Amino acid sequence: MDQDLKNELSKHGIFATTFEELYNWGRKNSVWPLTFGLACCAIEMIATTMARYDLARFGAEIFRPSPRQADLMIVSGTVTKKMAPQVVRLYNQMPEPKYVIAMGACAISGGPFRDGYNVLKGIDRFIPVDVHIPGCPPRPEALIHAFMALQEKISAQHLTGEARPRHLKQELPSEFPVPEFGEHGLEPAQNDEVFHNPLKVLQG
Amino acid sequence: MTLEEIRSRLQSGVPGCQVELVVNGSPSGQNSLLLDRDHGLAAATLLCDQIQLDFCSNVTAVDWPDREKTDKVKTKQMVDGEEKEIEHTIKTRIPGFLEVVYHLFSMTKHLGPVVIRMRTGNRSDDVTLPSLTPIWRSAEFQEREAFDLYGVVFEGHPDLRRILMWDGFTDYPMRKDYVPPPDDELERLREQ
Repeated sequence: MDQDLKNELSKHGIFATTFEELYNWGRKNSVWPLTFGLACCAIEMIATTMARYDLARFGAEIFRPSPRQADLMIVSGTVTKKMAPQVVRLYNQMPEPKYVIAMGACAISGGPFRDGYNVLKGIDRFIPVDVHIPGCPPRPEALIHAFMALQEKISAQHLTGEARPRHLKQELPSEFPVPEFGEHGLEPAQNDEVFHNPLKVLQG
Repeated sequence: MTLEEIRSRLQSGVPGCQVELVVNGSPSGQNSLLLDRDHGLAAATLLCDQIQLDFCSNVTAVDWPDREKTDKVKTKQMVDGEEKEIEHTIKTRIPGFLEVVYHLFSMTKHLGPVVIRMRTGNRSDDVTLPSLTPIWRSAEFQEREAFDLYGVVFEGHPDLRRILMWDGFTDYPMRKDYVPPPDDELERLREQ
């Protein structure tokens, strides 16, 4: 429906909308994160939920203690190789639609600990990430910005057609393989279905 | 009580025990005692019971890889009827070993830190040292950490398992020659 016509109708007390808009409006304003923190970024995440920054303004006030009730996983902090299978398992246990924010340098790439023997070089090797926030740690404003970016992403999605979100595509997976502990590291070291291999990106 | 006194107490109290004073030349000057590993447990028992070093605050390990020492030696030789000084370089190979370090304190006598060390025979198959956990319980987890990251096997430890890495892990990541496996093709290329 044309936006001008909608505005005109609303002046006459008629509210017109589409099912898609209503659905996305509800979806984007009730994203409940998982109570899940890994390192110092989690402290900033906690600060974001408190009165001063008040993430509740965006409908995300309830951090769910169970992945079964959560919509959003904020990977806040360093993911060690020992923790990575548990992170993937938690993600698998969340019901669709589900989103992931990779918060901070460590969750994106391993950050300052990248060369360590025990650190996963970015959670995007195993689960699909919707929004990345740089920073070490990112300030609460940055997390709020990431949250707003995620809301924009949700409200721009169409329910039909090729551009529809992942959870509406039957053929796409909602669970991802959990890596195993190997003799020298995680096996596999990344999930090639999810991970955008930098070498392949360079080669075009 | 100085380290020299402790050393003579150990030598008289534990027959056959080799105790060597390891001098730290840095400004901290924190010298330590190198115990011989066959008598390590007996010597530690004496330290705890008689010298009353009743608290072990810290256990760690050090990896000493194989190294080469070059010494320059001047010798006098007759060259063309003249006596000349000729410099020789002598290379000696010092085999590597693993070393564990314990920091001991006495709560009753306000003494410490007393640093003791023990060394393994090599870095591959002779890596057994006596566990001092039966004497200082606080060493338990830290000896497990030294086992996990350096591969020192503590004989007599009540529960010697990996503590930080998972059980199926086979490497010792804090050793000097450890190289983490490349995690993707880009890293593999960079290494080549």
